[in-house]
Amino acid sequence: MKIFCIAEAIILVTALALAVLRSLPGPVFFPVRVLAIAYADFFRGVPTILVIALLGFGAPALAIDGIPTSTTFWGVVSLVLIYTAYVSEVYRAGIESVHPSQEAAARSLGLTRGQALASVVLPQAVRRVIPPLLNDFIGLQKDTALVGIVGAVEAFKQAQIEVSADFNFTHYLVAATLFVAITIPLARFTDWLVARDRRRRLAGAA
Amino acid sequence: MSAVTIEGLHKRFGRNEVLRGIDLDVAEHEVVCLIGASGSGKSTLLRCVNLLEPVDRGRIVVGGEEITSPGVDVNRIRRGIGIVFQAYNLFPHMSVLENVTLAPRKALGLSRREAAEQATELLARFGLADKRDDYPDRLSGGQQQRVAIVRALAMRPELMLLDEVTSALDPELVAEVLRVIRELAEGGMTMLIATHEMGFARDIAGRVCFLDAGVILEQGPPERIFSAPEQPRTRQFLDRIIEAGRL
Repeated sequence: MKIFCIAEAIILVTALALAVLRSLPGPVFFPVRVLAIAYADFFRGVPTILVIALLGFGAPALAIDGIPTSTTFWGVVSLVLIYTAYVSEVYRAGIESVHPSQEAAARSLGLTRGQALASVVLPQAVRRVIPPLLNDFIGLQKDTALVGIVGAVEAFKQAQIEVSADFNFTHYLVAATLFVAITIPLARFTDWLVARDRRRRLAGAA
Repeated sequence: MSAVTIEGLHKRFGRNEVLRGIDLDVAEHEVVCLIGASGSGKSTLLRCVNLLEPVDRGRIVVGGEEITSPGVDVNRIRRGIGIVFQAYNLFPHMSVLENVTLAPRKALGLSRREAAEQATELLARFGLADKRDDYPDRLSGGQQQRVAIVRALAMRPELMLLDEVTSALDPELVAEVLRVIRELAEGGMTMLIATHEMGFARDIAGRVCFLDAGVILEQGPPERIFSAPEQPRTRQFLDRIIEAGRL
């Protein structure tokens, strides 16, 4: 749960940054765009478990001073690397779904590109992608179970330990219930957010 | 002094040359209407004057400053030039008040309160006081377009560009928007108006320009253009308009 929360908070920011970098126009930003695309392509292509194993076992094994050896730390890093790539694509779809005339209207009023992005484009983009964002976060939440393979103790790992101690498989059931107990309220919360926004915009409309 | 001077303006999109040498001079407080078929370049011309489209060749001078010279601060230029679009382009996630106060706050640095006071006053002037806290989706097309005009006016522009602002409206909603524009003209606002409302153009324009294939083919006072056009193309265009019952 801790791993999930920390990772999610970081991903929300890094993914948005990546999506914005990728949407920068003009030839000046061509290298930036290429790097952003390469990043997204790479980390969406590599299996999560591979990145976790590589960083979780590999990074501490380097035994370099100043590099953290906590498997939880490297678990979070792996999840952030992978999910930033996924979530940035969701944001990007949102940004592209906002009609260019919205940005034109903002720029025509004398707003800078950054102001137009921050005040006009992103607020609309983010509202539209809340449901798919949740999708990715449920995925993230489930993938935290993979971090267990490198030794970090999350719910699944804990259940494994319990099961191996007393051969009582209901511990798995408890772990599963824990996961669902988080994702279902999250799903309902998202639905409520989307409905509230819609209600507010259309209140009283025929 | 001229409010706007356009010299030899060229603009192409790929292989399509939309503007092919536009020369136009608009005096301060003058209202110039641009008429012509769809695709004749009216909208592109307005978008070039607002620097929403980079020009390929030619110069545009607004208020004595050449806005097409390289290195000019486009954001500063745009603050002084209001543009209103056919499709309103209001920000749907913001209330009417937020739509109107956004640019004065962000681009002019007004405080939230100053901007709100100014916006409330403008909204009241155009009969929108009670719509202040509504979201754009709740408003009729006519109301949305009036909000869009107010949003542009909130920047206190010296020049307004109106791009077929009534074309997307139901016929019964056109009048309320035209009334606003008429009021602006009476207040001495310099305006460049692309329109299909010939009756309105005849009423309000000091001068009418007929655009055809990217050039101003003919221009003059509305009485002359509408009753005795010199160019056969202008005559043809107006004949079709009359045939459609729009003049």
